[in-house]
Amino acid sequence: MNRAPLLQVIELSKSFGGVQAVHFVNFDLHEGELLGVIGPNGSGKTTLVNLITRFVKPSKGEVLYKGRPIQHLAPYEIVRLGIARTFQMVRPFYHLPAYKNMIIPLYSPRVKKLVGGKYGDRNAVALDLLEEVGFERDAFVAYKPAGALPQGYLKRLELAKAIALQPDLMILDELFSGLSLAEVAGMLPIIEKLRLQGKTIIMIEHRLKELFRIADRVLVMNYGEKIADGAPRDVMEQDSVKSAYLGSE
Amino acid sequence: MKKRKERIDRGIKARSGDVFTLCSWREMLYLAAPRLLPVIVFLLLPPLLSVYWQKVMISLAVFALLAISWDLLAQSGMISLGQALFFGMGAYLSGIADHYFGLAPLVAIPLASILGGAICTLMLLPVLRLRGIYFSMVTLVIPLMLVRIIEATRIFGGTEGLTGMAPLPSKWVELYLVIIVLLCLLFGFRRMMASDYGLVLKGICDNDRSVTNAGINIYWFKAQALFMAGTVGAFSGACMTHVYLFAGMPVFALDYSILPIAAAVVGGPGSFAGATLGAAILVPLSELLRGIGGLRIVFYGIFLVVFIVALPEGIFHYIQRKYHQFERWVEVEK
Repeated sequence: MNRAPLLQVIELSKSFGGVQAVHFVNFDLHEGELLGVIGPNGSGKTTLVNLITRFVKPSKGEVLYKGRPIQHLAPYEIVRLGIARTFQMVRPFYHLPAYKNMIIPLYSPRVKKLVGGKYGDRNAVALDLLEEVGFERDAFVAYKPAGALPQGYLKRLELAKAIALQPDLMILDELFSGLSLAEVAGMLPIIEKLRLQGKTIIMIEHRLKELFRIADRVLVMNYGEKIADGAPRDVMEQDSVKSAYLGSE
Repeated sequence: MKKRKERIDRGIKARSGDVFTLCSWREMLYLAAPRLLPVIVFLLLPPLLSVYWQKVMISLAVFALLAISWDLLAQSGMISLGQALFFGMGAYLSGIADHYFGLAPLVAIPLASILGGAICTLMLLPVLRLRGIYFSMVTLVIPLMLVRIIEATRIFGGTEGLTGMAPLPSKWVELYLVIIVLLCLLFGFRRMMASDYGLVLKGICDNDRSVTNAGINIYWFKAQALFMAGTVGAFSGACMTHVYLFAGMPVFALDYSILPIAAAVVGGPGSFAGATLGAAILVPLSELLRGIGGLRIVFYGIFLVVFIVALPEGIFHYIQRKYHQFERWVEVEK
């Protein structure tokens, strides 16, 4: 691809004391691409996302979004530029109904700017968005307190909150974790629909089979370093990846 | 056979949330009564009281305002131990406006309120990033520091304070000014926190990471909450300057920090009505116990502990629950 990348990560590093959580990671991401980030537990995948979204301050390196350095911006400013993320550990506002959990992203200045300065009826928009990610409107699930929802719905709620921000780049941190096969199968068409809408997506996943069905490219991390980057099948053939996942003799 | 308590919404509560409210006096009264009660009590009670108890009523309203201001901060994720900062700032600014610039109380009070809110916000702006006890400690220390600065530098009358303030036009003005502002803020803040804006403030308290992740600058919202709370606290201090006709170092006393918290906790935090109810119980109680001399604080303390242990949710939430729900014991099969 000759187009300028949407996101460029250049020699991004983070160390916590003596632990090198992310070590000189480089990659480009083009518009419309779906990049899978995989690696064993503790390999630095979530830290990488935290560094891109600036929830953690990088020790070294640069992150360029649409050609503009963003590593010095505050997390909320990065969201306003069009990067939305979900969290691995879902922490909704438990006492609020599910649809009320959507009000805060819908209150975002980014949404206000995109819809022309008027928010409109946020409750109605929230219910529409939840229906889009699989909350059956007739079953009144959207009206239940978030604390009473099963994990599958909480993950959908997390995804809906990211979609509400109308981002250009979505970073989904272990969206499928804790879900049954049937629940993952229900989520995949939503991700595919987002791709058809032209969203660029980074997915951190442990569910490789499902990820490889939809990813264009996979980046493999181990001990904070990028050990492979390429098409899913090619990457899994590499010895370094095999040894990271299966261990070396 | 084991039993458990079951709570069920009253039928009238369900009906009042629907179209029935529009065509039934009973349902209308059910909704209006809890709202009308504080308005009627606060507006009609003062003329029936003696001059002494009228002063207690002013003090009650002032502490209720401080408790509301504390509750607003608490609901926005900022636990303040320094309501005395807001109170003292308002008291001194109003005193300065009167003493040095000769401004009339009805001009000095709003000016001191807004300026006091702004100054307190600016003072606490650098520590907005602190959470929990760290933020609380800073709010506790600042008023204590200000007292020492005034004492050491002898500014604004030093230890003597500023005296000879102009009083408000009449005792009814001073009484009803505080009461009307209290009622407006009680209902206004309740409405604000029920709006989407309020949801963002509560969201900052529950999970600030999630609010930041929506592209919202939580520090800007915290600063707004701080300004509102600071202005309310400063207003109460400014009013007291023109009631006591004095502004001195005692306005930064720990009482103005602790009693509002006690009122909010006893009444029930998170509703503003609880904070008001708490102040309405604690302030007159403190006056009633005055007769027993030195043991007053002991009885007061026992009363506080009993209330907090017996009704940890707060009196307001307990009454609210009883009003909307009935309880019954049901048998549970093993």
